[in-house]
Order: sequence, then structure tokens, then C-alpha cells
Amino acid sequence: MDEKALQLRFQEQIDAEIKIEPKDWMPDAYRKTLIRQMSQHAHSEIVGMLPEGNWVTRAPTLKRKAILLAKIQDEAGHGLYLYSATETLGISRDEMIQALHSGKAKYSSVFNYPTLSWADIGAIGWLVDGAAIMNQVALMRTSYGPYSRAMIRICKEESFHQRQGFDILYTLCQGSEEQKAMAQDAFNRWWWPSIMMFGPHDAESTHSSQSTKWKIKRKSNDELRQDFVDATVQQAEVLGLTIPDPDLKWNEERKHYDFGAINWEEFWTVVKGNGPCNRERIAARQKAYDDGEWVRDAAAAYAKKHTHAYPSTSTS
Amino acid sequence: MLFKYLLQLADNQLILSQRLSELCGHGPALEQDIAITNISLDLIGQARLLFQYATKHDDQKRNEDQLALVRPENEYRNVLLVEQPNVDFAHVIVRQYFYDEFNFLNYSALVNSKDEELAAIATKSLMEVKYHLRFSRNWMLRLGDGTAISNQKMQDAIDDLWAYPGELFEMTADEQVLAKAGVAVDVSTLQENWKEAVLATLQEATLAIPEGTWHQTGGKKGIHSEYMGHILAEMQFLQRAYPNQTW
Ligand SMILES: [Fe+2]
Ligand SMILES: [Fe+2]
Repeated sequence: MDEKALQLRFQEQIDAEIKIEPKDWMPDAYRKTLIRQMSQHAHSEIVGMLPEGNWVTRAPTLKRKAILLAKIQDEAGHGLYLYSATETLGISRDEMIQALHSGKAKYSSVFNYPTLSWADIGAIGWLVDGAAIMNQVALMRTSYGPYSRAMIRICKEESFHQRQGFDILYTLCQGSEEQKAMAQDAFNRWWWPSIMMFGPHDAESTHSSQSTKWKIKRKSNDELRQDFVDATVQQAEVLGLTIPDPDLKWNEERKHYDFGAINWEEFWTVVKGNGPCNRERIAARQKAYDDGEWVRDAAAAYAKKHTHAYPSTSTS
Repeated sequence: MLFKYLLQLADNQLILSQRLSELCGHGPALEQDIAITNISLDLIGQARLLFQYATKHDDQKRNEDQLALVRPENEYRNVLLVEQPNVDFAHVIVRQYFYDEFNFLNYSALVNSKDEELAAIATKSLMEVKYHLRFSRNWMLRLGDGTAISNQKMQDAIDDLWAYPGELFEMTADEQVLAKAGVAVDVSTLQENWKEAVLATLQEATLAIPEGTWHQTGGKKGIHSEYMGHILAEMQFLQRAYPNQTW
């Protein structure tokens, strides 16, 4: 079959909602788009462990500490599934990690904001995981089989992440004046970065139309953002928190909440590497990787010497 | 008396869990990051079972978090080994392995405690500790018998930490009384088995057995290392800064 016929059959398969599998023919650009998006997603899971890890040693109760540890461990697991799913496209985990460290690959910009109080851990779970869920639920139907299956697995765990975050804030909001203030302060700082997580407006989104045609993307940035705002405003009312947006109001005609203008200058500043913690995040990942080199080398050397004796490094 | 014994058991799990949780997000590879976090999580679960049981025997009627997170430093009864810092992955593994061999032997004996609740906690915890021991022992072998560099780093860690396990086998006066009553484990009887297991592992891992026989002591009496104050400053921060609140 020539390239044209292959292209045609590929698009027919997508239009018929048949998943593309690793061994199927796929256009180069489809493969590249997926590698970019999936590795970015994997990196986000891993870098996202850092702001939450910042509070794990200071969690206020043993129960909260255990929940937070379990949550962060889930994120590491998500990173692992996603790296494996991306490897099916012909790139190694090591190559992806190098691209993260060099700045060639991106990760969700929201993780470049600092966690300044315990309430931030609540805000991350509620808002950041909440926004991620909107995105990931849509991606369960994405056209690439391994990505779609990874998303289905991940989504099962995400609702717990959002609930534990909401629960942290709910408890603070029922607590002392200091605790309530802590919750509102965290909300003020995390609201806009969460809204920005959905990316640029549809009109300005560079990859959107092709990704939609290939059904990599199943809902547009602005649709997902609106879903998120609508759901979150109601939850904020339950908490008794004030949305830090004077322009936010219910639009009876649209049956949606209207919200104020997003500060895209801030968004692009952070994407381009100048957010409050970009340097720290990459430095922390780079350090873990560099410090781990002798460990990975030793495990490989040991496995070579004792091929039959012990399980591989990944299982125990 | 049982109350103090429970705290002593719980504090070891708590402080080691705290040390391991510092590594969350910073492991040498994702798989080990997950495994270390998992052990930290198990240990905090074991600590909670012990603290929750201890609350029933506390004259001051404190809850588990007040017990775990608000006591003054000299009332913590964990051994010095578990408060040693995460110098590098070799130190993390050696500290873990030394402790896991002990934890395994201790819980294996504690399942026969005449105190039924304590025996039940031991039974549940032992399942997890078996997995921890398998993990840390496998890494002792991999890193000891891996490359020349890894062997050297492991040897340094063993030399640094060799003075600490001895304290695990010291008996306090309370422990002696409780052991006679069949409630506590006589840890002094575990030392031979511990040594045998550790020496076999070091040998298989092509690591040298340090010559020193001296051991550091103090933690079980509430006299800790300089590290402990920093661990507690972090761990107790919110409870100290905002006392008596619900989180
Ligand atoms: Fe995740
Ligand atoms: Fe999550």
C-alpha cells in the first residue's frame, strides 16, 4: 500500500472509533504528537510529586501523612504507566527523561508554583487533580490504545486524589479563623494557575485542530475549562470560600459561569521557564537522576552477573 | 508500663517512616521511589496501630497525634539507628536492612505475646515487614555485588552505621518486667539470630564485616542524636504552631 492509501485507512480506523495500536501503521506526525503529549503527561505526574512532597514531612496528623504518601505514590505509578505507554511509540524512558532535564520536553506549568502552607496540599488535590481529571476523563476515549488504557487506569485513582484535597480544605474551613484564612489564601493562589492548566484558548492553540481530527483530543481546551469552572464554583460554595475573580457570575443564557480574563502573560512566563519554581523543579529531578546513576549502574551490573538468581530491579 | 513499651515500638516505626518520607519524589528511579514510599507508608500504618492502642493506656488520654507529634524530644524512645540521615541511597538501604532484620525477628516473636491486641498488631505488621526485608536484602546484594563504586559506597555506609544496631538488643527495666510476663519480647535473645543473618548477607554481598564491637546507645532512654531535634522540628511543626486544632 502506498502512503496515501495508508493515511486513508488510518483515518477511517479513527473515524470508526477503532483504537490505534503500537504495531499499526500511523503517520509520523501522529506518532510525534503522541510522544510529545504523553511524555509531557508522564513528566507532569513526576514533577507534580515535588510540590506535594514538600509537605509530606510536615503533615499535621498521621492519617493525613499516610493519605498524602499514598497519593504521591499513585502519581509515581501514573508516571510509570505513562512512560511505559509512551515507550510503545519507540522512545525510551531515558530519552524522555533527558528531554525533561534539558527543557526540550514540557510538563504541566502548574507545578512551578510553590506550596507555601498545608492548605496548598488541599488546594492541589481539589483544584489541580480536579482539573487533571477533567482532562483525563476526556482522554479515556483518545484514539491511541495504550494511552486510552493508561487513562482508564489512572482515572480510577484520581477521584480519590480530588476528594482528599477537598477534605483537607473542608476540615480547615470548619476550623479556626487561622485555618480558614489559610484555606482562602491557598485558594487565591491556586485558582488561576488551575484555570490555566487547560492551556491557551482554542483559537490560539497550535496543536488543537489536527489533534481533534486524529481524536487524540476529544474536547477542546475551552470546553474543558468551562466544565471545570462550573463544577468548582459549586464546590467552593460548599467550602465557604470566595472565588478570587470579581467577574465570576452565573450566565443564565449560556447556563454556565462567566469568568474574568486569564492573565496569559503570566501563563507564558511560567511555560517559558520563569515561574517561581521552574528551576528548582528541574534541578530536583536532575539531582535525583544524577544521584541515582551509580544505583542504576550497580543494579544493571548485578543483573548481568546473576541473570537467574534474583528478580529484576523493577519488581522488588 | 505497657504504655511506654507501645510508644517505644511505635516511635521506631514513626521516625524511620519520617526519614523515608523525606525521599518521596527523589528516589534513584521511579520503581525505587515507589518502593521506598510504600515502606514509609507501611511503617506509618504500623506506628498508628501501636499509637492507637497506646491511647487506651494513656493516663492523660491523649489521641494518636498528640502522642506521635507533640511529645518533647526526650520522651521519644526510638533507637538512634532510625534517626540517622539519608546520606545517600547506600545509607538508606543499609539502615533499612539493619532495621528490617530486627523488625522481622521482633515481630516474629511478638506474635506470641500474651497481650492479644499486641499480638494481632504484630501479626498484621509481620506480613509487611517480610516484604521490606526482601526489598532491603535484595538491594544489599545488588549494590554490594554490583560495581566497584557501589561496593565502596555500601562499605562506607556499613562502616558509618555499624555502631547503631547494638542498641536494638538492649533491654530497658520495663521491657524486662514485661518480657517476664510474656507480653514484650526479650530483644537481647534476638541478637545472635540478627548477627547470623546480617553476616550471611554481607558475605553474599561481598562486603566486609567491620571490626568494631562498640555500639552507640541512648535513644531508648530518650537521649537522642543531634538529628532528632531537626526531625521533630519538621514533623511537629503544624501541631506546635497551631495547637489543639482539627486537621
Ligand atoms: Fe496522576
Ligand atoms: Fe492525581
